[in-house]
Amino acid sequence: MNSVNVFLALIVGLVLAPAASGLIAGVDRRITARLQSRLGPPILQPFYDVFKLFGKERLLSNYWLAFCSFVYLVAAATATVLFFFQSDLLLIFFVQAVGSVFLVVGALTVPSPYSQVGAHRELLQILTYEPLLVLVIVGIYMVTGSFKVSAIYELNTPLLFHLPLMFLVLGYALTIKLRKSPFDISASHHAHQEIVRGVYTEYVGPYLGIIEVAHWFEIALVLGLVSLFWSTSVIGIILLLMITYFVEILVDNSTSRMTWKWMLGSAWAVGLSFSVINLVWLHYR
Amino acid sequence: MNPISEFIKKSRIKSPWVLHFDCGSCNGCDIETLAVLTPVYDVERFGIINVGNPKHADVFLVTGTVNHRNKKVLKNLYDQIPDPKAVIAIGACGLSGGVFREAPNVVGGVDKVIPVDVYVPGCPPKPEAIIDGVVKALELFAAKQEQ
Ligand code: SF4
Repeated sequence: MNSVNVFLALIVGLVLAPAASGLIAGVDRRITARLQSRLGPPILQPFYDVFKLFGKERLLSNYWLAFCSFVYLVAAATATVLFFFQSDLLLIFFVQAVGSVFLVVGALTVPSPYSQVGAHRELLQILTYEPLLVLVIVGIYMVTGSFKVSAIYELNTPLLFHLPLMFLVLGYALTIKLRKSPFDISASHHAHQEIVRGVYTEYVGPYLGIIEVAHWFEIALVLGLVSLFWSTSVIGIILLLMITYFVEILVDNSTSRMTWKWMLGSAWAVGLSFSVINLVWLHYR
Repeated sequence: MNPISEFIKKSRIKSPWVLHFDCGSCNGCDIETLAVLTPVYDVERFGIINVGNPKHADVFLVTGTVNHRNKKVLKNLYDQIPDPKAVIAIGACGLSGGVFREAPNVVGGVDKVIPVDVYVPGCPPKPEAIIDGVVKALELFAAKQEQ
């Protein structure tokens, strides 16, 4: 990679990707509102929310919360930038996992029961989707013979044709990762009666803003992973992303929250069986 | 003033997250307050979200009469909201104690315990009046920053 490309990748990874995810979050809220026959907030609403949070007082119950929110942001940003550097998928995946764990660590440093319950649920979510993501990466390895993102771009046929079931598994993992219903068990926008905001409860003002920005990075990363499945054409990438995200929003709006047991059971049952079928088929093809 | 703090100022008005606390109301005001959040009035248009967590709130909606038992909770919730914040007292009870003002356990209106920025009268107030109250509070927010 020459220095111009490095510079471009940095700009795209650090600035454009989170900005695009913020816009996507705005569109998401808008479509959700339309599905509920409401008008919904302006598309820029997520940016207003985050910037307002940056202007608020720093009322922290424990200084670890500040540290953990920064680590979460740095890990998410690093993972996204690594993705645009077309680096190793496993590396990206582990960096991202470190960030998620720090979010939980922060929530565990305060005695608030909401935060504790949210943290435990978040751990369960991580436990549920991480093996599935690893399986997807293994599937990609079996097709390309490399863990590098750049190897995927060298393929002639889209990954989707080799790994159709793996794509569904990825979709399953993404719904959990994006904290969308029915898997919004650790931190729901609308579950304030149950666990207030779960893992997010104790993060105040600017730190909540930082976490929100980090979440945008994660959305970007996740959509980047989806885009890999149709890496051969730009139109294919855009169509695949739009369809996937729209289905996510539909699922989010038409299902209710489930328990963690159901999440773990169904995700592993569906994920593992689909992965095995797909990998065996790939092996004997 | 640099553009970022300018945008933060603008964002405050565009994204008020409300915390709703029922300090012993007859439930009339609460029903109306929650009606504001339903698709009929759809306050999410204005970026208003009911957060249920004082640590994430900007605007504190209080309904009902303050009494000696819940005044501590009220104060506690108020203290947990990070600055800048605004308090809106809703209904005759929130303003003065309303029909319960002479009961022995009653302290009176919300402003006996915490400073109130906007009063929304009525028993119960109309949802439109509550939305007006929130808008008024936001204008106060903006005016406070001008100083
Ligand atoms: S003002 Fe009226 S409706 Fe509201 S809590 Fe008091 S008695 Fe009930």
